[in-house]
Amino acid sequence: MTIPTEAPTEAPPESPAETPDSPPDNARGGVGESPQRPDATLKVTGEFAYGSDLWMDDMLWGVTLRSPHPYARIRNIDIGEALATAGVFAVLTHEDVPGNKTFGLEIADQPVLAIDTVRYQGEPVALVAADHPEIARQAAKKIKVDYDVLEPVTDARTALGHSTPDLHGELAEEVTELSREAAHLHPQGNLVRHLKVRVGDPTPSADVVVVGEYHVGMQDQAFLGPEAGLAVPDDVGGVDLYIATQWLHVDQRQICAALNLRPDQVRLSLAGVGGAFGGREDLSMHVHGCLLALHTRKPIKMVYNREESFFGHVHRHPATMRYEHGADRDGTLVYVKAEIYLDGGAYASSTPAVVGNAGTMGLGPYVVPHIHVDCYGVYTNNPPCGAMRGFGSVQAAFAYEAQMDKLAASLGMDPVELRIVNAMAEGSLAPTGQIIDSAAPVVELLERLRAMPLPPALDSSDLRHLPGGVSNTTHGEGVRRGVGYAVAYKNVAFSEGYDDYSTARVRLEVVGGAPQATVHTAAAEVGQGLVTVEQQICRTELGVDTVVVQPKDTQVGSGGSTSASRQTYVTGGAVQAACHKVRERLLALTQDYLHETLHDLRLEGGMVVSDTRGAVASIADVLGAKALEETLEWRHRKTEPIDPEKGQGFAHVQYAFAAHRAVVDVDVELGLVKVVELACTQDVGKAINPDAVVGQIQGGSTQGMGLALMEEIQISEGKIRNPSFTDYLIPTILDTPPMPIEVLEYADPHAPYGLRGVGEAPTISSGPAVMAAIRDACGLELTRVPVRPEHIIDSGDGRGSRGEPKRRQP
Amino acid sequence: MRVTMTVNDEHHEVDDVWEGESLLYVLRERMGLPGSKNACEQGECGSCTVYVDGVTGCACLIAAGQAQGHHIVTVEGLATEDGLHPVQEAFIEAGAVQCGFCTPGLLVQTDDLLRRDPEPSDAEIREALAGNLCRCTGYEKILDAVRLAASRMKPEPGTLS
Repeated sequence: MTIPTEAPTEAPPESPAETPDSPPDNARGGVGESPQRPDATLKVTGEFAYGSDLWMDDMLWGVTLRSPHPYARIRNIDIGEALATAGVFAVLTHEDVPGNKTFGLEIADQPVLAIDTVRYQGEPVALVAADHPEIARQAAKKIKVDYDVLEPVTDARTALGHSTPDLHGELAEEVTELSREAAHLHPQGNLVRHLKVRVGDPTPSADVVVVGEYHVGMQDQAFLGPEAGLAVPDDVGGVDLYIATQWLHVDQRQICAALNLRPDQVRLSLAGVGGAFGGREDLSMHVHGCLLALHTRKPIKMVYNREESFFGHVHRHPATMRYEHGADRDGTLVYVKAEIYLDGGAYASSTPAVVGNAGTMGLGPYVVPHIHVDCYGVYTNNPPCGAMRGFGSVQAAFAYEAQMDKLAASLGMDPVELRIVNAMAEGSLAPTGQIIDSAAPVVELLERLRAMPLPPALDSSDLRHLPGGVSNTTHGEGVRRGVGYAVAYKNVAFSEGYDDYSTARVRLEVVGGAPQATVHTAAAEVGQGLVTVEQQICRTELGVDTVVVQPKDTQVGSGGSTSASRQTYVTGGAVQAACHKVRERLLALTQDYLHETLHDLRLEGGMVVSDTRGAVASIADVLGAKALEETLEWRHRKTEPIDPEKGQGFAHVQYAFAAHRAVVDVDVELGLVKVVELACTQDVGKAINPDAVVGQIQGGSTQGMGLALMEEIQISEGKIRNPSFTDYLIPTILDTPPMPIEVLEYADPHAPYGLRGVGEAPTISSGPAVMAAIRDACGLELTRVPVRPEHIIDSGDGRGSRGEPKRRQP
Repeated sequence: MRVTMTVNDEHHEVDDVWEGESLLYVLRERMGLPGSKNACEQGECGSCTVYVDGVTGCACLIAAGQAQGHHIVTVEGLATEDGLHPVQEAFIEAGAVQCGFCTPGLLVQTDDLLRRDPEPSDAEIREALAGNLCRCTGYEKILDAVRLAASRMKPEPGTLS
């Protein structure tokens, strides 16, 4: 399947002659097709109800008072004046939390409301409910919190008491016992997880060695629909929560613990989700809204504005990474040593799993005989970090791909050739000792990418095609073109022995004379199109046209998280398996209906069809008034924990591979970058919905490019300096280039339909490819992302303005 | 204060509006028209783009009182009794809708572009939509949608638009 977009022409890109193909009228919309998403009409008419659109007549508005300090003890909280404000119905603090006062995805270390200490700027301290949001906000300002402000711990290495190694020095000595010099932010110390990978010779040597230290800034998910929900109390002490989230059941578990209620008393329904990208995997206002609702006995609406959203969810871990690559003269990798520090901020969130990914995926899709990796997740007083698309692999890819280019330059080799020489293939050993047991077409992804036509040369006649655009900063002088490649490698679904499952309920019955399937899962639709995929699978497996997708809620078992590129695989697998059980029963009914035994039956076009005799009965006739319903849990193959000393074990279910080629024009005098084209090749195993696959690749590529060029939550002394879309920049349509894509489909025999998780891989390699292209254009090392103009400007002394040595003269 | 305005050809009159309330807040919370989205409240994302007397603007940056007596069109006003607007249809067919939070603003801004310029080049589309952030799609399918809508809305040769 090839999807060219804005194919290069001699002239600058203009409207192409062809418009997107419409599906044929008779399209059934099964697996492998791209039917219209069921929520599309509601979304274009403005009727789709996002969390922030929910409304009840007698509802109150809840707001959160947050800490202005990154680290402080709380001496006292005085709510008297706030509570006395007209229009205020409740003011709550940690004392009003009836159950567990702390929560967390993996480690329950985060207070629902601060108890005696705040550990990051923006930590929730108190809640207010009032009949107008502005009254609530004004009342919150009247809460008097007496803080004893402390010096924040803001550097991950320092937090562990580790010394900072010299760029050209040896790796820091292996840490056997953590230094206790740094202030402990939590009783167990500041280390969340230390993952080690030890493979082969501990003291390898090689002909050519390259060393680099790399930094990745803190990225925000920047989903457009801020956190929002509506909590509605019932009359008997329970609550219904309508919430924009990624995983209803893990939310429910944490809410129940905090409220000291049973699961049947805390019922969750998915409100419309305006994007997620990992940022909704942790609780935001879930418990807060429920607390206020139970306290006031009124519905509570809570909606964060953009500024609060920056404080209201976890971000992508910033990383400091030191890599050493050794290779033979022919380019074959001999060893890699890596030391990765991930700043998890004040609370653990999913840091342990992010460390697991960065540590085990952190060498990229290359075969390495001797490996020494230390990956640390650390507590600091910076904003908490957790899940974001690419989850540990994104940070590592900036380092390992920069190292591959540096190694190629040292060897005088073409960077793509060096990657091909070392590329994983099916049968290769991963750093965990796992054999890659399905397709790993890294070489083909690179070769196809290299064979794709390059965009036309710089056209300086139109300012819009130049770095700086209509700001009129150049007419082409000082502009140099660069090309860079990078490859992504990502584990799909939950790893390291996690019991990762999804639940599906499928019902088949006759409605209005025609067979209709109803599918019910709790798997969150966050925009990616899972609801469409659920319909497609039911159509293919049950041979019906009409499939109703039930609203997502906790009235059915867990669907697991909408993260880790896992929903089409795991919930798709559950829906397929439930359909198979329904089909089995329908075929048994068919035997009864026909009074004969047939073994070659399938369901197609509303009919039961025999391979030898054609259509033998209509599904509607066989069903009659009966409804067939099956509910089941479905699991992917088991993984196992990795051993703590060597990082070995069957840790990962599946791997996704993608590659990018970036073409950039860089104004080396002003440090401005224009990405001209961002081409991608990706193996998806089986494209269940080809249009949605392309949408995921293009959207994911753009987020990775954003991290390379502009996206950073800027922190100073633990405080966020840019919590707004004015100051935190995400790519606009002007920043985003044409993205030609080639999708490969090499089936994974272990996965439903052979599919491979799609969502994350493109976010991993796009940024490193952009960085490689900028280095190619300006000749500097550029070891920090996002890259800033001042890093790119050549100061004329052979070094970049940050003092990086020049890689080569362009 | 009381504010009156015409929204999607209907007369609206709302009471008890605070001076600080934006047009976006009044549309969403007082008039029952939540189609326009609040994603930044700073005029950076375009998710709340509406027409004010035929000119597009961010409803979050307009005080409700400034809309007094004016004609507003929101995303809810694009479709007619005959069905969806061609821009709405094109966004669906091109796969330009993922989470959909940016979609209402993009639809209004695209409608405005195609009214002004029925055959925009890619560069012109990009310029026109530069004030509308989308986090899901990478914009490629939005470009597809605008091209598709343009091809369908183009006046027949020989007719006056």
